[in-house]
Amino acid sequence: MPFISNTDQQRQEMLAELGLTMDDLFADIPDFLRCPPLQLPDGLTEQDLRRHLAGLAEQNSATMLSFLGGGFYDHFIPAAVPALVSRSEFYTAYTPYQPEISQGTLQAMYEYQSSICRLTNMDVSNASLYDGGSAIYEATMLAVRATGRKRVIIDEGVNPIYRKMLESYTPNLDMQIVVSPSRVGLADRSRITELLNDRTAAVVLQNPNFFGCLDDFADLAELAHNCGALLIVSCYPISLGLLKTPGQMGADIVIGEGQSLGLPLSFGGPFLGFIATRTKFMRRIPGRVAGRTVDSQGRTGFVLTLQAREQHIRRDRAVSNICTNQALCALTALVYLSLLGKQGLRGLAQLCADKAEYLRHRLTAIPGLKLRFAQQSFFNEFALELPLAAECVVSRLLERDIAAGLPLGRYYSDMEKCLLIAVTEKHTKEQMDSFARTLEESL
Amino acid sequence: MIPQDLKFSKSHEWARFDKEANTVTVGLSAFAVEQLGDIVFVELPEVGQAVTAESPFGVIESVKAAVDLYAPISGEVVEINQTVAEQLDLLSSDPYGQAWMIKITPRDLAQLDTLMSPADYETFIKSPEAQH
Repeated sequence: MPFISNTDQQRQEMLAELGLTMDDLFADIPDFLRCPPLQLPDGLTEQDLRRHLAGLAEQNSATMLSFLGGGFYDHFIPAAVPALVSRSEFYTAYTPYQPEISQGTLQAMYEYQSSICRLTNMDVSNASLYDGGSAIYEATMLAVRATGRKRVIIDEGVNPIYRKMLESYTPNLDMQIVVSPSRVGLADRSRITELLNDRTAAVVLQNPNFFGCLDDFADLAELAHNCGALLIVSCYPISLGLLKTPGQMGADIVIGEGQSLGLPLSFGGPFLGFIATRTKFMRRIPGRVAGRTVDSQGRTGFVLTLQAREQHIRRDRAVSNICTNQALCALTALVYLSLLGKQGLRGLAQLCADKAEYLRHRLTAIPGLKLRFAQQSFFNEFALELPLAAECVVSRLLERDIAAGLPLGRYYSDMEKCLLIAVTEKHTKEQMDSFARTLEESL
Repeated sequence: MIPQDLKFSKSHEWARFDKEANTVTVGLSAFAVEQLGDIVFVELPEVGQAVTAESPFGVIESVKAAVDLYAPISGEVVEINQTVAEQLDLLSSDPYGQAWMIKITPRDLAQLDTLMSPADYETFIKSPEAQH
């Protein structure tokens, strides 16, 4: 029971004054997102309550073999990550931005920003955003403000969850979002060329895209720039250990979901959005930015910088109304990347790619199964075409304690028979063999 | 000493009409520059952009604030002073000369008549309204 200072009677009076019911106040939240009341018996002892809740928790599978991805990946998290991150100096601090007492936290933010810049080949990063979806929104708004244009082209291969978030954030803004359908699993060059004009603020792409396919956007960067539009690229940070970076492709803004950098999946969060851009757009980057400077005695120190862009100073004309970050999640990503190092990240990316190729080899050897986009390369995730509805196969495999993947038909109407399968370094050969056998038996 | 050929807005921009070129040159007053403190960044519009009187055409940022620059007159931006954006000390050393920011081809010159004379502006900056 949360602490709510007003009494039931006071609440009734306030609602009566407004002529509303409690349900009216929550009308904007769809029913399926509302938490049903917990059916707890009254007056249990602590010991009985713990037993009851532990019994409920045990109904979750602890042994399930999962090949789910779709933007969120189950990577191994070294014990040093939670051990360092949970130090009380980091763990308990709330908005610790006062430089006189927060040098450690500010330095960690600065180092996180530096690591994101090196990973993406960009000039400047902020201290983090909420998640990949909020990052794509902020990147889009940056482009709209920087260009003074209102039309944004987004490729269908960009994570549909991010696209949904972008749509939910923007319906009341004076701007237009145009979705460009993909072609054989990649961004459709000719369609994007048709859509691009002198009113286009940005083209938004993703690599690897939602189908797992790999692309090089250098040509699209040039096309966008020729029209005065910016290129926004969403990327999977682990893949950058092997792939050409968005910076090398000519992206103006790079964003992504940072969950894969040491954060557990945890039923959906908290996660980490990152955003990085070119020096030219430094003063348009949303949210907090930590900077390195010297104090009056010439000693290196860290402070929040470029704050004049932010809403506590600029009010309604601030570059963004975001005024916080995911400091603890960003710290996790920094510790994870520091533990891995450059060679470690490369090795990890190679391992994911090699294992995914092994599973692809096993699965496409099964009669009736083939890659949906066989002509494209993939990193650690691929779309498999089945002889029957993917939802049906997923249900059958769940009964055998395997989460086979994400049915693409949930997001793409013509892909009902497609299953998106993700592999990470955690999957063993035995697990992948077992998955292949079970899948074959279930068809 | 404020040059006598200038007109001032309440938001502290100055305007100078050049009859021969039919342009209005715009800058920021010495008083406003001093109030802002250490200036770190000036953002100017693009040449060709339309501006509206009393609407923002750019941003000036100091270590303590970022404020909009307001156009004293409606029209089209025909020239911008990239030098001032790169040499910010000009704003305090020569606010009414080398620190000009943009030149506008005016749409309605009569809008200049609503602005203050140098003498009125000197009185205005001593009033509480000017201290923002």
